[in-house]
Amino acid sequence: MDVITLKDCRKALIAALWFMFLTFPLLVIKVNTTENLVIWRWHNLLYVGVAAGSASLLTSIFRGLHDRKREQQRHQEKVIHISLTERFFSNPVVSRPVLAAGALFFLIFPLLFSTYQVNIMTTALMYVVLGLGLNIVVGVAGLLNLGYVAFYAVGAYTYALLNMHFGVGFWVALPLGGIMAALFGILLGFPVLRLRGDYLAIVTLGFGEIILLVLKNWAEFSQGPGGISNISRPGFFGMEMSMATTLNYQYYLTIAMVLLTIFVINRLQNSRIGRALFALREDEIACQAMGIDKTTIKLTAFALGATWAGLAGVLFAAKNAYVNPDSFTFLESAMILCIVVLGGMGSIVGVIIGALILILLPEYLRAFSDYRMLAFGALLVIMMVFRPQGIVANIRRSYHKKDSAP
Amino acid sequence: MTKTAKLFSLIAAVAMVIAAAHPSLAATPIKIGVAGAHSGDLASYGLPTLKGAQLVVKDVNAKGGVKGSPIELVLVDDQCKPEAAANLATKLVSDGVKAVVGHICSGPTKAALPIYRDAKIVAIAPSATTPELTQSGEYKLFFRTIASDDRQARTMVDFILNKLAAKKVAILHDKGDYGLGLANYSKQFIEESKQAEVVLFEGITVGQVDFSAVIQKIKRSNADVVIFGGYHPEASKLVSQMRKKRINTTFVSDDGIKDEAFIKVAGKDAEGVYATGPTDTSQNPITLEYREKFKKLEGTDPGSFFDNGVAATLAIINALEKAKSFDAEDVAAALRSEKVDTPFGEISFDEHGDPVGIGFNMFVVKDGHYHTAE
Amino acid sequence: MEYFLELVFSGLTRGSIYALIALGYTMVYGIIGLINFAHGEIYMIGAFTALIIATVLNMYGLPLPAILILASVAAIIWSAAYGFTVERLAYRPLRGAPRLSPLISAIGMSIFLQNYVMLAQTPNFLPFPALIPDLPFLNRFTSMVGTTDLAILLVTAIVMILLTLMIKFTRTGKAMRATSQDRTMAFLVGVNVDTVISVTFITGSSLAAIGGVLIASHIGQINFYIGFIAGIKAFTAAVLGGIGSIPGAVLGSFVLGLTESFATGYVSSAYEDVFAFSLLVLILIFRPAGLLGRATIEKV
Repeated sequence: MDVITLKDCRKALIAALWFMFLTFPLLVIKVNTTENLVIWRWHNLLYVGVAAGSASLLTSIFRGLHDRKREQQRHQEKVIHISLTERFFSNPVVSRPVLAAGALFFLIFPLLFSTYQVNIMTTALMYVVLGLGLNIVVGVAGLLNLGYVAFYAVGAYTYALLNMHFGVGFWVALPLGGIMAALFGILLGFPVLRLRGDYLAIVTLGFGEIILLVLKNWAEFSQGPGGISNISRPGFFGMEMSMATTLNYQYYLTIAMVLLTIFVINRLQNSRIGRALFALREDEIACQAMGIDKTTIKLTAFALGATWAGLAGVLFAAKNAYVNPDSFTFLESAMILCIVVLGGMGSIVGVIIGALILILLPEYLRAFSDYRMLAFGALLVIMMVFRPQGIVANIRRSYHKKDSAP
Repeated sequence: MTKTAKLFSLIAAVAMVIAAAHPSLAATPIKIGVAGAHSGDLASYGLPTLKGAQLVVKDVNAKGGVKGSPIELVLVDDQCKPEAAANLATKLVSDGVKAVVGHICSGPTKAALPIYRDAKIVAIAPSATTPELTQSGEYKLFFRTIASDDRQARTMVDFILNKLAAKKVAILHDKGDYGLGLANYSKQFIEESKQAEVVLFEGITVGQVDFSAVIQKIKRSNADVVIFGGYHPEASKLVSQMRKKRINTTFVSDDGIKDEAFIKVAGKDAEGVYATGPTDTSQNPITLEYREKFKKLEGTDPGSFFDNGVAATLAIINALEKAKSFDAEDVAAALRSEKVDTPFGEISFDEHGDPVGIGFNMFVVKDGHYHTAE
Repeated sequence: MEYFLELVFSGLTRGSIYALIALGYTMVYGIIGLINFAHGEIYMIGAFTALIIATVLNMYGLPLPAILILASVAAIIWSAAYGFTVERLAYRPLRGAPRLSPLISAIGMSIFLQNYVMLAQTPNFLPFPALIPDLPFLNRFTSMVGTTDLAILLVTAIVMILLTLMIKFTRTGKAMRATSQDRTMAFLVGVNVDTVISVTFITGSSLAAIGGVLIASHIGQINFYIGFIAGIKAFTAAVLGGIGSIPGAVLGSFVLGLTESFATGYVSSAYEDVFAFSLLVLILIFRPAGLLGRATIEKV
């Protein structure tokens, strides 16, 4: 069996020709209607042809090898397929040192890197909290929420406004931000209780837009698009801190927040509520039949998810010392959702990895500034096509009786 | 010669060649940050400043740099997002920049200024116009080469009341920081003057597919003049759709549309539109010089805020040269005391950080170009 | 009264554009149950293709009607090609994957296409030539309805009728309806499901391209970002009418367009979107499957 068959070559040729046709008007002709200029860039056609052809060939080869491997496996004994991640986590001898090394790395991170690196890592960690919060709603309870950023905004503005009007400090505002966001979560939860799937998605999207528009337009309340500046940074028993210390402090604060989130969510997943949420995701009707109150459990999911967004929002406002509505657009919701799905729905480790990749990657890709978002979009598609279950597929907890061998 | 010796002599030779080609390696460069939107949908406002700064720095370095050291630009792209600006401001601080040219939008500037203040770095913005940035007095190290919103609104309102003798004014804005700020000041000034009445005050949605409903509303308000606070894409949509519906109300807008791009996009509908802008200095030799250089490099005319960007870079480099030391306080003092030649003529800065010497005028579109309105 | 009528017309114009895009969302959703987030981008690509072809043809001095027709045809062809390719690359490999994976893939595709057009062309707004001629005999009504508004209403009406005929009476239309009712069953009775899905994407994309050309000549300028807001609004309209239902998408679009127009006219344009989304929430509370959507009965 050849690696490349004639059929593959033909396929590659067709792909090359098709993409040359497809990209012809946009890539070859560049018009500037303001100057009445038309520039023909025929060389682009060649690049596209070569790129599409070779991409097609590579996929064919890759697929061929994959098929052959599967063929061989079929002849052998049936191997029980356990994913790498699953093996990793089920084996404490391997997983513990790795986790410990990871923890150590995050702990001494500010000592190793510049303040800028610390700062973007803090941002990434905030997205870990957001991702884990959304994970409760989308990953665990299976309710698609496209307006999650609204709760983030509620948290941020709660702190910003309280700080501006009443001089409320960070530590008082933190729980208040969480509570406010939870209340908004319940507020949103009520009308959407009857909705399912994609209807729910669009209503949450609309809710996000409404919050954003109110923040933009109701200037008497929110200072409008100008935003609120000079929000106090988090204090530490009234100590005066230099900028670098403040940033490091914020970093550790965010780390603490992430740890708290992981702890709570880990406990939650094994709790009565957590299992009810899982049941809701798997089958709403069966879940009801088991005697779970659907209304309460859905509202709980919304409120729990929103709480974390609210807490992250307070952190966000404190970190930037400035909020304006531009930070809470739909794209932000989409980004958080991407973190959850790319990382692996329902999996805590997956969400953490997803957040670090999706937030840090564009930062380090700044070198390619122009092609950054292009690459990001392509990466999302490729990732989903080759690994639709996310980076770390969620492992369903299985319960074994003590005496039966696992 | 042994192998090692050969290798050493080779390395030495290469090092000498490099050193000869880059005499600047001898002195440590002075770093200046350039922050703004260099990608994304607002890139067209940030890139001209970036190019302007690069052109200025090239000239300065060719002449031997500042106090014998070459200038090195550190470019950061905030995409006009506040949270990105805050992160990148710390990047500039940790890179050890002596001054920052930026940011472009007011929101990111607000987010970044506290960081520059704490790190004692001078920032000079080419296009952040929110009045509080300078007038609040919180940022002593902040300067800008553009007039603030209230000054612009004042020019606009005086013109409308005295020259156009408007009695009924409709005010629209794009709900953005810049547009809404201008709209609010315009409204306040018109109401204070008691010479005219604000008959309509509306925010429009940027990117909306169609504005006909709001245009019908303008028509119904019987306004003599429409003031629009915002940028040129929305302005040209509004003007074109108004003219299509045969509504010939005078259209007055801000610096955000005083850009040839507006005229090119709106075409013949742009005729008769008024815009505020810095006094026409297109015959100033510095303006001509840099516009010519840009055109040679990019093949097109520079976009919005190019002159402001060039002016900001010239001002900061002049201040670094004249200051006693590179300490922020000294540089700021130099910015205030030393006059510098820029595309806007000779300018310096007042105690708040606003420019002194940049005049502000009304312009009108006639035969496809902006001309100073009389 | 005249003001009221003016608002009605501006609402209908907006509604027509939403409808042309919403149909693409609803058809794709009806058949494979996917929110095709990249659909707004297909509309943008249609407008860009028309702009490019029109500019080139204009250089060769073709008459305006010929430019209009050729540019629209080119827009339809290439939008359809992009729609087809996007489905093949980003959605087809994901059939049978977890429900949210195609959604993320679609978001990725949307980001990719936006940046692709931005890099290949320009981040700035480009003026779009007035392809639809300004007819002088309409001057008397034109303060109420511009020529382009009329053209939009007319073209949308014709396209809707053609689409309805296609879905009701052609073989492909029947196959589409069968697939949307039950994909497995349709496959069993000999419908080539893959082809039907491709045809759906091609039809939806062509409609979006028509919308793109119309709205671009109406507002006179385009950039790479125009697909985003139009796409979100059209999607809202599709859900409002009951996603998956074709008459629903049209009805939803007009309801949305009129609501926005009246909100602007009688309240404030600053809050038009708040009204639009509040209406959506209200309607979904009372009719959870949208205006014309069928409530599905869950069988256990």
